[in-house]
Amino acid sequence: MAKQDNQPQRVRDTGHEWDGIRELTNPPPRWWMIAFHASWIWCVVYFILYPSIPLVHDYTRGILGWTQIKEFKEAVREGEAMRAPYLKKIAAMDGQQLLADEEMRNFSESYAKAIFGDNCAACHGAGGEGAPGLFPVLADDDWLYGGDIDTIIESITDGRQGDMPAHAGVLSDDEINKLTDMVIAASKGKATKEQFMLFDEAGCSGCHGENAAGGAINDLGTGAANLTDQIWRFGSSREDILRTIRYGVNQEGVEGTREAIMPAFGEKLTPEEIKMLAVKVYGFGGGK
Amino acid sequence: MDAKAHKDIEELYQDTVHWHVNTGGETIHAKRVPGFFRTLKWYTGSLWLLYFILPYFRWEGDQAILFDIPHRQFHFFALTIWPQDIWMLSLVLILLAMTLFGVTAVAGRVWCGYFCFQTVWTDWFTWLEEKIEGNPIQRRKLDAAPWTLRKVRLKLFKHVLWMLIAVLTGITFAAYFTDVYQLWADYLTLQAPLVAWVVLAAFIFGTYVFAGFMREQVCFWLCPYARIQSVMVDKDTIMPTYDYKRGEPRGKVRGKGVSERGDCIDCRLCVGVCPTGVDIREGMQEGCITCGLCIDACNGVMEKVGRPKGLIRYASRKEMAGEKLRPFFRRPRVWAYLSIFLLSAGGIVYGLTHIPPVELSIVHERQPLFTRMSDGSIQNKYTIKAVNKTSQNLHFRLSIRGMDHVRVRLEEAGDIVLHAGRTVPIRVFLQAMPAQLKKEKTKIYFVLESVSGKDKIKISKRSVFIGPGKR
Repeated sequence: MAKQDNQPQRVRDTGHEWDGIRELTNPPPRWWMIAFHASWIWCVVYFILYPSIPLVHDYTRGILGWTQIKEFKEAVREGEAMRAPYLKKIAAMDGQQLLADEEMRNFSESYAKAIFGDNCAACHGAGGEGAPGLFPVLADDDWLYGGDIDTIIESITDGRQGDMPAHAGVLSDDEINKLTDMVIAASKGKATKEQFMLFDEAGCSGCHGENAAGGAINDLGTGAANLTDQIWRFGSSREDILRTIRYGVNQEGVEGTREAIMPAFGEKLTPEEIKMLAVKVYGFGGGK
Repeated sequence: MDAKAHKDIEELYQDTVHWHVNTGGETIHAKRVPGFFRTLKWYTGSLWLLYFILPYFRWEGDQAILFDIPHRQFHFFALTIWPQDIWMLSLVLILLAMTLFGVTAVAGRVWCGYFCFQTVWTDWFTWLEEKIEGNPIQRRKLDAAPWTLRKVRLKLFKHVLWMLIAVLTGITFAAYFTDVYQLWADYLTLQAPLVAWVVLAAFIFGTYVFAGFMREQVCFWLCPYARIQSVMVDKDTIMPTYDYKRGEPRGKVRGKGVSERGDCIDCRLCVGVCPTGVDIREGMQEGCITCGLCIDACNGVMEKVGRPKGLIRYASRKEMAGEKLRPFFRRPRVWAYLSIFLLSAGGIVYGLTHIPPVELSIVHERQPLFTRMSDGSIQNKYTIKAVNKTSQNLHFRLSIRGMDHVRVRLEEAGDIVLHAGRTVPIRVFLQAMPAQLKKEKTKIYFVLESVSGKDKIKISKRSVFIGPGKR
């Protein structure tokens, strides 16, 4: 390294002078030169090791063979390897066991978050808040088909389709109006004996049960609602209730009928994913 | 260009005769001269031996000082600091900064001259160099000499010793982050994890290059402190200062015209001993790390030539101008630094004595904010995230304050168990009838009371119960 001398009296200048200010021929400081050499050496080494120089149709690949996509795939593999033992365990466990095991439950809820977001949240909301009147709330304690973990797994696997006949034309307007009064009264626990008789005669109790508490023939999978509680699947206003009784639920060819179709996920998701999903759904409102 | 302006520029060039910028073109071989400040430097520098020893201290079977990054805990003897207590770190940093500022305001770059690792490691390295290659004259000669077997032998020996210090420095640093005995075993059997090797390599490189080759260049060009010192010192700050009134005009100790000369005999020993190669007689400058070695050198010379000591001494600019030095407690700057220092120290002491055994955070579910249940009640969902910082499992009972007629539903009946050293999410559901909700949002308190252990722990944490509100 050239010897440093900052004293302009003794240093040769370049002959450039402007306004009496002379440009000297001092080399840069040593620390600067060290940094400079370190930088270009780094560049050369990097260019040899990593993909760097673009060519016409290709680029230099570097002797390490490193690529971003390889690194990504490696990371995915690592993640999968970490999850594999859990998934294996889950395959061997049923819903009840999953819920009882704190570690497995936490794993399931974290894992199922993305699955829920991809498949369920569009209708049921990210936190199971649903869309009252349109899509069921999962965070409450009212379950049309049952809120135990096994039934939830069944609902996700096979899907659900409610079925309530349309009554417009079958019953008179007067009768439908009276039934609507009855349903509103029942939800407040104030339905009279006469109203219950009408309910029975109109055939409602066949599905909703003699005391209107729902679930009478849920084995058939109709999802008959409990009419005595405060939760309304299709809205709580008088117009909403009238419409549901008039045009029913999922009635083909009936205009104004309520749509309530939960698709089956048995073929889209693996049994393990469905189990984890059920654990998450169960956790929204604490299950039943 | 007129003649006057040209004359100004010529004067500027004349001035630069005294202007020297050290860019490391030449290795500085400083002479070692005994004296008060030399001894002081050994004592203050030896504080760094603690750095090498501390990792081996044990406390209750574990390493006494350990930054446990995987478990996110910092152990310091009986203390365990969790990430939740990290606010104290900012106070520690403020405290250190204020110490630095305050000390600099009073006595200049005390840190640089006596304590800084760059100064201390460089001191060790040059001490070894002197032991192996001889005094500065011999060293310069050796550097200039052609490569002989003797030169190779001396240089090799020196670099091996430097390297050993560098390796030990690196291993010691890594030892603050993992168990030191295991670390040694891992290094010696080449089984250490990659990060340990990277740390070691970085520290070997840093120590060897900075203390062996860069030396004062680090202080000149890498460290920001040299650049900001000028805003921290003022006319009251005492620093090694050359008494130019007494010293000038400088000249030989004997001979013609000695009676008109000052006390400085121009022996240049003050420059020869300076580890950063500055000439203190040019006045205070960025290269001066205020180590006081020039004072030692000058005092020795003054003694020999029979003149009073203290031609170079710790003095402020005011003293040099003949004014009286204000005591440091009469300076507002010192008071400002001191009060910030005391505030931070108070905060740290408070923090350390009030580390809660259980850290609690309550997350109110937002999607949905509330749910209407089949009996008409309103349910709110909460997740309690509790960290048990103690070493035993704790049992708690939960109650709610601030709201009447609220039902608490836990997923599992019975006590809440917090396992030692773990964070557990606990789901809690609260239910209330809409008629009992006076407002849309009700302020409530989660109260956790311990039902196990000797010390009763009671924690209260605020949250909110949200309902549909009045329509």
